[in-house]
Amino acid sequence: MKGSLIILGFFSLGILIGAYDLTPTFLLETDYSQYALYVLMFLVGVGIGSDPKALQAIKAMNFKILLIPLTTIIGTAIGMIVIIPLLEGVNLKEAMAVGAGYGYYSLSSLIIKDLHSEWLGVVALLSNVIREIITLLLAPIFAVIFGKIAPICSGGATSMDTTLPIISNASGKEYAIPSLVHGIVLTILVPFIVSFILSL
Amino acid sequence: MLTVVIIMISGILVGYLIRSFGKLVKVNDKLTTWAIYALLFLMGIGIGANKVIMNSLHTLGLKALIISLGGVAGSILLGWLTYRVFFKKTE
Repeated sequence: MKGSLIILGFFSLGILIGAYDLTPTFLLETDYSQYALYVLMFLVGVGIGSDPKALQAIKAMNFKILLIPLTTIIGTAIGMIVIIPLLEGVNLKEAMAVGAGYGYYSLSSLIIKDLHSEWLGVVALLSNVIREIITLLLAPIFAVIFGKIAPICSGGATSMDTTLPIISNASGKEYAIPSLVHGIVLTILVPFIVSFILSL
Repeated sequence: MLTVVIIMISGILVGYLIRSFGKLVKVNDKLTTWAIYALLFLMGIGIGANKVIMNSLHTLGLKALIISLGGVAGSILLGWLTYRVFFKKTE
């Protein structure tokens, strides 16, 4: 919980600096978030490699890892059916398409803008950014209440990069590889599932 | 995507080599935490400086939020079931 609050603090500070154009010029010239991500991935890898229990647990899970992306896809679809009465001016197909971005906001919003409309593309951008933020902040709580798979499912496609370190902290290092595999599978599937839903 | 996988695998190899040096492993945990803070700070800047996101928040933000909540809620509830049925015993 304390970790989430510190993360929220850094994140909010970043948003304020970005929104009020206070960003130092050296940060504007290069996208350092990409490099921060690479450093982070390396450190998470070191954490897994140096933890003997993590390596054993991964071996024991084997093919079951693939059940996790399936869970996310079905769970997200069920979620859309449940919330659709609350949405004004959005039909089930549109909500399903946005949901099927699974946090991969850059690609899903572009596809939706292309195949559907500008406004739904913006909804997809916002919604999938929010999904990532929710996961970053609440992963530790999800892990405690709903078990160690829940933070991975919540993270969606982002469980292979941006949310991976938080998931690894919340669920344990033995869930870092399943999280990586889950994110890769969903990242590959997003363009297919989104365009399939919009073609219905 | 390939970059991410390669970086992580090289990290795992390095981690495996230093696994018996407890101090280094502890330092790595600390560094990971700070790298998370740095990443979130930089992501915040990226979102704050993104005019499309900031300008459409008040019109389309609520719809987007409801969809996000639905997706996350459905995923974690089914994730709870998957964990109970298939994973908990493995530990």
